[in-house]
Amino acid sequence: MNVQIRDIQAADPAAGSRMAIADGDIHPARKSDRELFPWLAKRWQDELAGIGQRYRQPYQSGPAYPKSQPNAARRDAVPPGGGKPGCDLPFMQRQHLDPNNVALGILNPLGAGQGLQNPDFCAAMCAAVNEWQIAHWTSQDSRLKGSIVVSYEDAPAAVAEIRKWAGNPNFVQVMMLSRTGEPMGNRRYWPIYEAAAEAGLPLGVHAFGYGGHPITSGGYPTYYIEEMTGHAQCCQSGLTSLVIEGVFARTPALKLVMIEAGFAWAPSLAWRLDKTWKTLKQETPHLTRAPSEYIRDHVWWTTQPMEEPEPREHLLDTIGWIGWDRLIFATDYPHWDFDDPATALPLRISKEQRQGFFLDNAKRVYGVA
Amino acid sequence: MSRHVVAAARDIPPGGRKLVTVRGRPIAVFNLGGAYYGLLNRCPHQGGSLCEGVLTGLLQAPRPGEYVYSRKGEILRCPWHGWEFDIRTGQSYCDPERIRTRAYPVEVAAGQTVVEGPYVAETIAVTVEEDYVVVDV
Amino acid sequence: MSFAYPGGIDCDIHPAVPSLQALLPYLDEHWREQVAVRGMDELASIAYPANSPLTARPDWKPAKGPAGADLVRLRREALDPFATSLAICNCLYGVQLLFSEDMAAAFARAVNDWMAKEWLDRDPRLRASIVVPPQSVERAVDEIERCAKDSRFVQVLLLVMGDQPLGKRHYWPIYAAAERHGLTIGIHAGSAYHNPPTPVGWPSYYTEDYVGQAQAFQSQLTSLICEGVFNRYPNLKVALLESGFTWLPAHLWRLTKYWRGLRMEIPWVDRAPTDIVRSNVRLSLQPVDGPPTSTKEGRDSLLRIIDHLQSDELLLFSTDYPHWQFDGNAVLPEGLPPDLIRKIMIDNPLATYSRLALTAAKEPVR
Ligand code: FES
Repeated sequence: MNVQIRDIQAADPAAGSRMAIADGDIHPARKSDRELFPWLAKRWQDELAGIGQRYRQPYQSGPAYPKSQPNAARRDAVPPGGGKPGCDLPFMQRQHLDPNNVALGILNPLGAGQGLQNPDFCAAMCAAVNEWQIAHWTSQDSRLKGSIVVSYEDAPAAVAEIRKWAGNPNFVQVMMLSRTGEPMGNRRYWPIYEAAAEAGLPLGVHAFGYGGHPITSGGYPTYYIEEMTGHAQCCQSGLTSLVIEGVFARTPALKLVMIEAGFAWAPSLAWRLDKTWKTLKQETPHLTRAPSEYIRDHVWWTTQPMEEPEPREHLLDTIGWIGWDRLIFATDYPHWDFDDPATALPLRISKEQRQGFFLDNAKRVYGVA
Repeated sequence: MSRHVVAAARDIPPGGRKLVTVRGRPIAVFNLGGAYYGLLNRCPHQGGSLCEGVLTGLLQAPRPGEYVYSRKGEILRCPWHGWEFDIRTGQSYCDPERIRTRAYPVEVAAGQTVVEGPYVAETIAVTVEEDYVVVDV
Repeated sequence: MSFAYPGGIDCDIHPAVPSLQALLPYLDEHWREQVAVRGMDELASIAYPANSPLTARPDWKPAKGPAGADLVRLRREALDPFATSLAICNCLYGVQLLFSEDMAAAFARAVNDWMAKEWLDRDPRLRASIVVPPQSVERAVDEIERCAKDSRFVQVLLLVMGDQPLGKRHYWPIYAAAERHGLTIGIHAGSAYHNPPTPVGWPSYYTEDYVGQAQAFQSQLTSLICEGVFNRYPNLKVALLESGFTWLPAHLWRLTKYWRGLRMEIPWVDRAPTDIVRSNVRLSLQPVDGPPTSTKEGRDSLLRIIDHLQSDELLLFSTDYPHWQFDGNAVLPEGLPPDLIRKIMIDNPLATYSRLALTAAKEPVR
């Protein structure tokens, strides 16, 4: 059967003339767990094959809520040679990095063991995934930069992992998942934030995770769409906690990047935080400024999945309130809710705004020239 | 409007699909059990390549929990964000009036008629023995 | 700024149960004895710590006992200054927090009878919500049936954080009963605390708990829409109370975007969530969770947010008395256009609470 359905094999002649962009959220996948074996002790190789990866969720493999598409991926992102979307660098280059003129791509590995119930296994997996990012990705394509994945429920192990890589140019951020076991501002996590700040690395908090709590504060919902929508609420709760528990007040050098939870919720949250803080100030003497000021100084957002109001111009208000210098364009390649840089922001904006939004803000936050 | 020969019929068998370019326009041609459909291969949302989408049925529900499934294979889900399009009309499910992709009439013509014209067959060598897929653009 | 709007309808005030003792006359003999024998404490929820500044505005806080427990003060502080014509009482006594469904049903009944006798009978401007025990849907429906006969009950009260998301079919008999009787479903801030009050666990500070109410409202709105509550009960009105409202546009942008791609999972949802909210969901005014409107920039931003709501029919006047959400009489943010104010004060409440029209001009019906 002749099913020729792709025409991306040929280089896109327009790609070179497109503006260079940063992509704040790319998900590299491994062809199989064997790719990690060079950096996994025999014990953990056996654990992978035996007990397997147990998270605070019900299934041995696959998510608690079945996704809408296989591997939650764009259907056209399956590499021609097979394997998981995102596992084939040459194909990723051909389908995404080259045609979209990605000058800086931030790797956020999922399925990296973060959130595993067994803390030692978690730390071992994270360590292996960090090595793997260099061997399979950042050393192969200089546009790509890695994120240090850490076993954040076990702060001492996470801190050791951060210190191990501090100063290594392959990594530009420390990565956590948003669905933590306790709200992120809880002091059990503080050493991680201090270590990230000390290493001069932003903390990237990517939506998803395995904290073991329902994704709503009113119990487990029924549908995948509720879970997806709910990541924004989880991230709001995490950010609330970071601000109110005083993480930014205590760690002034900390930069936070909220990844893949949208951003339009930020202004409302900041207003609500300010109003509530003003009334209840007596409770939080460790905060010396209004919550919105900490947010303004310490937080960035990746843009995807970008909210799509009608009329779309409403986003201009929202971005204005957040600050044009605070958003980092991201595609989420190869996942299904991918934002295409050419079409995701159909708004008239100034050249400077576009430049910041698509490239310079990311470069500044990640310290990449 | 002109009629363009885009493939030999046997190259797009039932269940098959092909991405063709006619007058610079990428068009996804589908064969659904012998009937052919053509859609502009650009999702009106963010431009996903519709030719890579899955064909599903139409799922509706008169009440929560009652699933009515019909028109198997006639709804195309965009490979990116999963918006659904009617393969016959190009209309989206979520906003059929405003959000749609262009649908092109596609039919099969016998080689004999194709040879006689008036058809455009730029990239296909045509013989009288074969049947051909023809797109109106 | 002084503000009185004759005819205004306050959709969220909180008369307080002064103490468990006050409910004893309204409990069955058995439960009355249990209270004494077991030495039961007050059912005052940690959602509103008695002495937190938010729970009671300083000038509304009595020397003793909970704010909002005194009708004379409530008239003087909540009704008269705003020339309020009608006010809906939402009693926040912690009935929904109990684990025993029978006990919860007994207390719900007591609270409702207490409300009718001690408040509704004593001021013709007062209306109330029926407190129900969501721990048992069956008993909740019984309580709705019992109280619905009194047309001064205009709403069924639920908390925004319970055991399960409120859209679940489990709860639908409550919505059926509400729709049958022309009762609005009021979802109020607060938690049963049967789940952690944030989706990432228990926070350290009350500030986080209160801020987190907005996220809980977002999740519940998602649930109600996705489960098809408004498809099944198209005439049902849901009022989100003490919810804030500036989060709504961004939330609907996100939900509507996902609906377009994931609607196959919920095929009964055949309209965009944005449209469903416009027809079926309303939100109370206080707390105004927007930018401070003391500056021109703040006023402009708030108007932009209201523009993002894309409807002037969504907001319902509320003081949230005695919670501290504003000072003096400045219950309305500055800079709202007069037409919108009229809608917020009168038209929207009347359209949301069909039972208000039944009793508005009349003496209380017993
Ligand atoms: S590009 Fe097709 S659904 Fe988004």
